[in-house]
Amino acid sequence: MPAGLATYIIRRLLLLPLILFIVSFATFALGRYAPVDYVEIQAGPRAQPETIERIREERGLNDPVPVQYVRYMGNALTGDFGISTRYQGFPVADVILPRLWITMQYNIVVLVLTFSIGLPLGTWAALRRGTWQDPLSIGVFLLFASVPVLISIPLLQWLFSVQLGVLPSGGWSEAEYLGVEFGLFSKHAILPILALTLPGVAGVARYMRGQVMEVLDQDFVRTANAKGLKASTVVTRHVARNALLPIVTILGFELAALIGGSIFIETLLGIPGIGLLAFESIKTRDYDTIMAIVLIGSTVFILTMLVIDVVYGFIDPRIRVEGSMS
Amino acid sequence: MRRPVAVVAIIIIVVIYGAGIVAPWLAPYGFNEADFQNRYASPSLEHPLGTDNLGRDLLSRSIWSAQTTVIVSLAAILTGGLVLGVSAGLAAGYAGGRTDSVIMRAADTFASVPTILLVLIITATLLPRVIDLARDVEDLTGADWIVSSGAPSYFLVFGALAIFGWTGIARVVRSQVLSLRQEPYITAARASGAGTTRILFVHLMPNLTNLLLVAFTLSMGALATAEVGLTFLGIGVQPPHPSFGLMISEGVGLSNVREHPILIIVPGTFIVLLVMSFNLLGDQLTDVLSPRHR
Repeated sequence: MPAGLATYIIRRLLLLPLILFIVSFATFALGRYAPVDYVEIQAGPRAQPETIERIREERGLNDPVPVQYVRYMGNALTGDFGISTRYQGFPVADVILPRLWITMQYNIVVLVLTFSIGLPLGTWAALRRGTWQDPLSIGVFLLFASVPVLISIPLLQWLFSVQLGVLPSGGWSEAEYLGVEFGLFSKHAILPILALTLPGVAGVARYMRGQVMEVLDQDFVRTANAKGLKASTVVTRHVARNALLPIVTILGFELAALIGGSIFIETLLGIPGIGLLAFESIKTRDYDTIMAIVLIGSTVFILTMLVIDVVYGFIDPRIRVEGSMS
Repeated sequence: MRRPVAVVAIIIIVVIYGAGIVAPWLAPYGFNEADFQNRYASPSLEHPLGTDNLGRDLLSRSIWSAQTTVIVSLAAILTGGLVLGVSAGLAAGYAGGRTDSVIMRAADTFASVPTILLVLIITATLLPRVIDLARDVEDLTGADWIVSSGAPSYFLVFGALAIFGWTGIARVVRSQVLSLRQEPYITAARASGAGTTRILFVHLMPNLTNLLLVAFTLSMGALATAEVGLTFLGIGVQPPHPSFGLMISEGVGLSNVREHPILIIVPGTFIVLLVMSFNLLGDQLTDVLSPRHR
């Protein structure tokens, strides 16, 4: 591995713990600073002040926040994320894992679909510049990209569940395949995947179209065409590769959108995933669960961005020299 | 105008935003004005968009909600975009070195987090505190309208959005500043003794306006969507203050979708129109302002 790349990776890797620390500490502090005392909730309305004090001592809630934080992180590293106050007595890890699995299932499908449909679609649209299909595709992409998930879901529900009656309007079912619970192969998975893929594809297609159009204008494309290469060769071998480079940027955006979107999707469709859990936990002040979700979510996101950056640094040597993607 | 599409987009934005701004004078009914004799009314002269489950005029509700959208998105773009984003970008790009690294690391941190999650947590945990703070201010100054106007929740919403939104603008400004820094006229200005502030504001900023215009336009759509989403989840603007998010949350649910889809269609259409117009405008602006003429 060339030296430039190695330094680059190391530098990015060092950033990871720092960012995680800041994010987790901020969330932790917010949780402890929040006005509603979950000990009081747990103890119940008729608890004596002494009982409450005792519980606080036991759980170390009277220690200064940084101390509590260190203790929490220490536990978290061994997989102990505390006990959920909402699901009385269940370890947070047990509550989170199955829901994480559900959310991951449909999100991965959406991600794959979004890029495998969006990229070619965008390329196709760019090549149609000047024809009647160009403004049409711009309009269609724009429309689908602008409709928030919040609105598209009820609409899709109305269309498929109420009018056509072909899809269940919500919920989630799982079946076992090869010993693993999969919810993907049931009708329940179709609505969320559809609702997330439509704007995703539109966004990716829009972006790709712009990229391809820029590349098409460049000299080396004109050279390739002048050389007499077939149009399809030009597109695949030269245009596509160069247009793809900045795609990693939107991969990041798509990922963030998915994480955020899952909260709405799951709330609206009643899917027991991590988005719904996050929302419920915030409403019920289940701070241990919230912390765990934020930690996991941020870590996954940051790690993914890191991998993307590294791959990008690999592909485009200029990055290693300049040191960052900006 | 050579670009009818852009004109249409601008008209839509002006109409919706304009309605939001003059809402108190434009809306025939209040946001929560119920009329139980008239529930689920069909569109009529009196209620051009019909009424909802409590007989509230949908057109008026939309106009009031537009007002919230205007307030939140403008406030967020001005604080997050302008104040935070532009200053950070200017500082990072122009000063370079340590300042640049620090600011960029901060931007990375804020950008590395799935925004909505943190905004959720912040608004959910801090809202009561902010309200308490507002009450204290009320006691101190004797202005008793602060809390009831809903200012705390508005403030928290656009504050949270601004805090997590500034990174995009900052990054864009920074790269532009980096490339402009080398320009001869900047060197000339410095040679003639211009101070840093003067260079920043008189020479660099005007060249950023194109970029900023595009960036702001595109952000507005996202901000509007974010506000709707947050309010829908219950942690944005609080009832009884109007919001499209509130209208939507009251319109979802299977029985509503089945029997009264109009409850969602009305706010939904407004939001989609608005977001589409912003995106369209942003695209058109990019085309117009970009150096290559297509």
